[in-house]
Order: sequence, then structure tokens, then C-alpha cells
Amino acid sequence: MFVFTLRRLSLFIFTMLLLTLLSFSVNFLFPGEAIINLTGAINATPSQLVELNNAYQTHRNIFWQYLAYLSHIINGDLGLSMASQSDISAEIVNLLPATIELSLVALFIAMLIGIPLGFIAAIKHNKITDNLILSISMLGYSIPVFWLGLLAILTFSISLGWFPSAGQISLLFEIEPVTGIQFIDILLSDSPYKWQAFSDASTHIILPACVIAVTPATIFIRLARTSMIEVLDTSYIRAASAKGLTFQQIIFRHAIRNSLIKIIRHVGLQFANLVTIAMVTEVIFSWPGIGRWLIESIYQRDYTAIQSGLLVLSCFIFVVHILTDFIYAALNPLARGNKYGAR
Amino acid sequence: MNYFNFITTGLLSLLLLTACNEEGILSLSERSVIYCAEGSPETFNPQLVTSGTTIDATSNQLYDRLISYQGDENKLSPALAKSWHVTRDGKKITFYLRKNVAFHHTDYFTPSRLLNADDVIFSFNRALDTEHPYHLVSGGNYPFFQNVGFSDLIDNIEKINDYTIRFHLSHADTSFLANLATDFMVILSAEYAAQLTKQKAKSDIDTHPIGTGPFKLKEYRVGSLIRFYRHEKYWREPAKIEQLVFDITPSNTGRLTKLLANECDVVAYPIAHEKITQRKDLSLEAVTALNVGYFGFNVSKAPFDNKLVRQAIRYAINKKTLLEAVYQGKAEMANSLLPKTSWAFDDSITEQEFNLVLAKKLLALAGYTEGFTMDLWAMPIQRPYNPNAITMAKLIQSDLNKINIKVNIISYEWNTFLQRLKRGEHHTFLLGWSADHPDPDNFFTPMLSCAAAHTGSNSTFWCNQEYDVIIKKALQTTNINQRKKYYAQAMAILTEEVPLIPIAHSKRYQARSNDVIGDILAPFGGINFYQVSKRKLTNKHTAAKQRSLDENPPARNTGVN
Repeated sequence: MFVFTLRRLSLFIFTMLLLTLLSFSVNFLFPGEAIINLTGAINATPSQLVELNNAYQTHRNIFWQYLAYLSHIINGDLGLSMASQSDISAEIVNLLPATIELSLVALFIAMLIGIPLGFIAAIKHNKITDNLILSISMLGYSIPVFWLGLLAILTFSISLGWFPSAGQISLLFEIEPVTGIQFIDILLSDSPYKWQAFSDASTHIILPACVIAVTPATIFIRLARTSMIEVLDTSYIRAASAKGLTFQQIIFRHAIRNSLIKIIRHVGLQFANLVTIAMVTEVIFSWPGIGRWLIESIYQRDYTAIQSGLLVLSCFIFVVHILTDFIYAALNPLARGNKYGAR
Repeated sequence: MNYFNFITTGLLSLLLLTACNEEGILSLSERSVIYCAEGSPETFNPQLVTSGTTIDATSNQLYDRLISYQGDENKLSPALAKSWHVTRDGKKITFYLRKNVAFHHTDYFTPSRLLNADDVIFSFNRALDTEHPYHLVSGGNYPFFQNVGFSDLIDNIEKINDYTIRFHLSHADTSFLANLATDFMVILSAEYAAQLTKQKAKSDIDTHPIGTGPFKLKEYRVGSLIRFYRHEKYWREPAKIEQLVFDITPSNTGRLTKLLANECDVVAYPIAHEKITQRKDLSLEAVTALNVGYFGFNVSKAPFDNKLVRQAIRYAINKKTLLEAVYQGKAEMANSLLPKTSWAFDDSITEQEFNLVLAKKLLALAGYTEGFTMDLWAMPIQRPYNPNAITMAKLIQSDLNKINIKVNIISYEWNTFLQRLKRGEHHTFLLGWSADHPDPDNFFTPMLSCAAAHTGSNSTFWCNQEYDVIIKKALQTTNINQRKKYYAQAMAILTEEVPLIPIAHSKRYQARSNDVIGDILAPFGGINFYQVSKRKLTNKHTAAKQRSLDENPPARNTGVN
């Protein structure tokens, strides 16, 4: 397990280095001066510019410039937003938790719906139920998320009035941000309206989370179905059935556990996909997360925000990736023996 | 199976929580109002701007003025000044301040004293005195003060005692009091300014405002929300709602969605009016704003120097179609400069008829039997007084074609448009005017006086001595009936001379949930939430039931907040 951890860590470090290299070089490709793109200091006075140039070592060669850039990033200095002139790292710290919260809830919903449906399809392999579930998953997979989001708002917010259409919580509630994760903050707060706030936040998250969950859920259906079919085909299942176990016993004791392990490895991969969907959904549902912020930055040509935002977001996805790898390794001893970082 | 049990229990309890807490939200939402605004304010000090969005968010919520407009007639009435006195020559105006006015107590400022003359003098001198330590904080630009020429008009402001101040004017001006009552003339706290000077944070005075108004600022998140709390020690009755939240939603459809989903109680500038009026729980309201959209002539150029040509064109334009096509019937037809809501409105001015025969006759009389070709400049942007100038120009083009006048429609980018208008490169143009305060002079002088023709704000370049004398006389008397007569004379001159053809007085729209009671919109200036309250609903379920009974496909909507 130790070697496994080391390998993952080194993979993480090298990927991060490559990512920073990319975001660093992008500064030279964006229009305008590289130092301004890097720092976002569009209103800097000449003396401030001299200072910035010193800090980013622009007089030395590109390698030293990159090192200076790296040291700034490691110190948490991502520059200023060109559009609002506010500190980007502070903004990201404010916004990222909202995205994490939304993505995790969506992931949870996707797994909760997708995996059992996939198992049912596999058990009823090649029967009507199987075909039905597969067609539904195909349908869900092909619906574009922005359209689904608007449809959901139209139906559930406007016509039925069940769920609110925008935001993370009703603006009436004042929740002191401590962790940034809204639900935890609500529970930590001493507001007299704590429980109202909690339920209000729950109704706010349901609609966007469900919209995000649709595509990953369909993928989980397929993954669960395939892995369950594979497991049901193995010799140990046949042995168990020969031993005289009932079908239920076989499924719950043996098949589900073994097929779940295979799915977990894909959760990390799906997470990247899910965050991309979440970015679009955040715009539709005015969710105050990093995706909406990033898309707005693109509209405003806020290069500093774009490159820092992408860096942080990809870093986040990578961390999730590694985490799922660890969970997978913890659950499946076979995986720990794998050599080389890739698998 | 344990997992499944766990998950189902969790979900069920979440549902239960959601269900049993809905009644509680009502109690908080009953005491608060969410307003979906169209944009973020640039600053929290109305002295620095003329933008309507900023005025809406600040003036009436955070501040008070010395005097204000009240009632349907927009009479000047006491506010922070409990009374005032104007000397006979109109040059000295004394204000007697209230002694019970408290400033906001917030996280960043604790006032130690009540309002007194120092605060008033500080507020005005900041804008007027270029040497004032706060003058250049936030840029030193005070557009309204500059537009009305306050720095020339006000010689000095004298403090007589702690609660009495006197304005010394260089000449009498009856619109002075009207200007003082506008949204821009707010009173700031001198004590707060002194504290900020000590803290070396002078610019905070405009970003962390302290005023005397019915609400105080609690929180501002740029581009997202403004949260106001009630000012408990307000000098009048405290506001009826405890919390006022401006939900900043620039997208038109976003605001509509939030209104329909009951996430906003009141919505600025709504779209899809029909959709809103269909809903029984929502209402759409409008005020005729003090503005006018018009068709103007450049009288310095032939043939528009000829009164007959201008009259002919007036007869040839079908205003009714313009109102229907451009304003979708949501504006009032303008027959004079002044809208009906102005006290100087003259009922005797009748609707100008649409008469092609008469128009042709007048053209022939002027010697243009064959007609002529002219340029019509249409403004490129949307304004409340003219939501679509290009369409209007096209309609006018076809109207005038019938009397053999060929019209070329011209449009430039907005700033270029205004600059070229100033230089007088145009023949005719479509433009409009929004009043800053209800005094009728705000229409007559800046739009059509000879002085305005020189400075360029009068793009017709029409200069009539008789008219000028009348509107000046109107400013020198305080007798309202006398002023009314003067303005009626001035309008008669305009009807005869036709330097411009008034087309429409448009409306400002707002939509709200029927649970919100009280006036918010005013015909001019910013919105005001002081009088607003929420209807008390003792039980959400009866309310929802009531709602579904009210509605005619039943149970379309059960959410109340």
C-alpha cells in the first residue's frame, strides 16, 4: 500500500507540474502582455508594474519565469481578476465548495439511481426490463443538459412550484460561511432559522443535482449492468449456485459486492464528466459555484481568472480521481499489487 | 439490506424535514421582501450618479433629504427639515431641522449623536466645494449638482445654530426647492466622515453607507445581493418589513422565472406582461414616468426653418400606430411636453389630428408641392421613452412618404450619435427626455431654451425669445397658479411653432406578488420600500388552499414564498 501511495503521489506531482506548465504558457498565447495576463493587474501603476515584473522574474529566461510563477501558485497567489480586481484565490475558496457540494450530491443521486437500475437490467438480462432500462438510459444520455435544466425549471419551478429555480438558498437566510459547504455551515450556524434554512437549502439543491445526475446515472446503469453480467458469468457464482444458495443470496452476498468494486474505479473518471455538466447547470440554476464564475470569466475575457480557475478545477478533479483510486485499492487488495502509476 | 434501510430512512427524514419546516419559512418571509433588481449599484451614494439602478438601490432606502415629494400631487413636504422659509426675494432659504433623527447603527459605525446642521453642511459642501476634503473621494464627479448649476446658484450655506441652516443663493430660482427634494440630495453623516478620516478609509463613505433612511445596509455582494435591515430608530415609524433583499438578476428571463417561481416578491422591469397578468397571485403595475419621447427638427436647416413644414409633418405622422407598434400600447400619447402627472399639465391642449390633406395643403403653402428628401436620425439604443427608435423611424418614413417626403433613416453608435447631434449635422431626429424631478421647468429649460441650444442639450436649435422670457418668469414666482399660466403659454407657443413633436409618455413597469402591499414605484426618481408590508398568512396550508381556489386551472401553484 505504501508503494501504491508513493506512485500515486508522484503521478499527482508530475501531472500538476504539466498542468501549471500549460496554464503558464497559455499566458503568452492570450492577447495582451503576459505579465498582466498572469497577475490581472490591469490598473497597475508603473512602479507596481516594476514590482510585479520583479516578482515574476520577467527579465530572466523562461525557466526562471516559470519557477517564479510556480512559487506564486504554491503560495496561493493566483493574481487578481481582470474583471473585478478581486483576489482570485479568495474567490475560488468561496466558490469551489459550492461546486463540490453540488457535484457530490449529484454523484450520490447518480449512483443511487444508476447502480441499482444497472443491476436489475443485468439480472433480467435480455428481457423486456433490460431493454426498457437500456432505452431509458440511452434517452437520458442523449438529452443535452442545458435543455433538460430549462425543462426542469419550467415544470418543477414555474408550473408546479415545487422547487425554487435559482440559487443555493433563499436569500433571506444569512448563513455565516465557515467551511463553505452550505449544509455543514447551516448546521454550525446559530441562526434561529437553522432548520428552515436546512430544508430550504435541500429544496434548492434537488433540482440542479438531479439534472446533473442524469448523464452520469445513465453511465452507471451501463457500467453496473456490464460488470454484473460479467460477475454472474464467473465460475464462483456458478459454484455458489451449485452449492444450493438461493438466487437472492447469490446476488446480495456475492454478486453485488464484486461488481460494485469494478464500478467504483470508474466513479473517479465519471467525476470529471460530472463537473463539466455541473458547470453548465450552475449557469442555468444561478448556482454560486466555480463553474458559473469560470463561464462568466470567459465571457468577460478575464484571462487571469480563466487560467487560474482551470488550474484549480483540474487539480480538484485529479484529487478526486486519486481518492477513488485509493478507495478502490482499499476495497480490492488485487489492485494494490499493480505496478506503475497508470493502473 | 442494511444499506437500503439506512438510505430510505435518510431520504424519508429529509422529506419530513422539508415538509414540516415550510411553515417556519413563512414567518421569516412574512417579515422580509425580496426585490429582483436589474443590476448592481455603482456606489451607495446617490450624489455621485444619475443611473436609475443605483438610485433605486440607495436613495430612498438608505437616505433622507431635507424635503421630499409627497402625495399624488407631488407636493414638497418636510422630511429631515421640519419646516423651511424662503425670503421674499427668494435668495435666502432657511431650513429648520428635526431634532430626533438618528443615523444608522451598523457593524462599521456607531453614531454618538443625532443629525444636526453639520451633517447637512457636510453633505452639500462635499459636492459643491472643490476644496472640501471629501470632494475628490470617489472621483469628484457630482453629475446632478453640475447639471442644475448648483455651484453657481448656491453662494454659501450658513449654519445658524445646530438645527438651523440657511442657503444663500446668487439669484432667485423656484426650481431650487424641487431640486433639493430629488433623490440626489441625500444627507450623509459628518461624524462618520470624521471617523473614516481618522481610519484613513475615506472612500468607505460611498461603499459602506451611513444615512438616516428607513433601511440600513447589512451586506453587499457584488453582482449577487444587497441585504438591508430595518433602521429601528428611524425618525418616522420604522419600516414595516424587517429585511429587504435586492436579488441582483440582470437577465430578463431570469427575473421572470424567479417571479413565476415565487422566489422574488417584486420584480423590476418585467417582460412577458401577459404571462404575469394571467396569474392570479401576481400583479403587474405601471406608473407613467415623467418623460417624453419626441420627433425633433433641426430648425437651423432648411426646410425645417419653415414653421409650415414642421406643422405639415406633425399632421402627417400617425401617432396612434406608433404607440401601438413601438410601445405595444403601453404608453400614453403625448400632446405636449408634459405628461398628465405633472401639475403644470394643461388639459386644454387637444390631441393633434392625423390629417394628410391638411399636411399636403400646408406643404404646398410652404412651397414644397413636390416634397423633398430628409434624414431622420434614430437613436440606436433602448430607452424607456423610446423602446425602439428604428422601428418608429420606419413607420414615420412610410407616413411621410404619403406626403411626398422621402426619409433616409440614419443611426450611429450612441455616443457618436449624441456628439453629432450636438454639432447639428442632422435634419430631424428621434430622442426623448426623462425628468429628474417633477418641477415642469425640468422639461422646458433643458430641452428648448436658447441657452440649451447653445450648450447643445437642445438639439432642435430652436431659440424663441418670447418662450425664453416666459419660462424665466415662471421660475421667478412661487405662486403655483401663476406658474401654471406661464407654462400653458409656453406650451401654446410650442404647439404653434412645433420645434418638436411629442410622441409618447412611456410607463415604468413592475410586477409583484399579491402578498406584497404598499406603494413602491413613483412617477420619477427611485423606488421606495418604506411603506411596503407583507400580507399576514397565519397558516401556509390555508393560504395554499386559498391560492388554488383562486386559480382557474386549479392548484397550479402551491409555493407561497
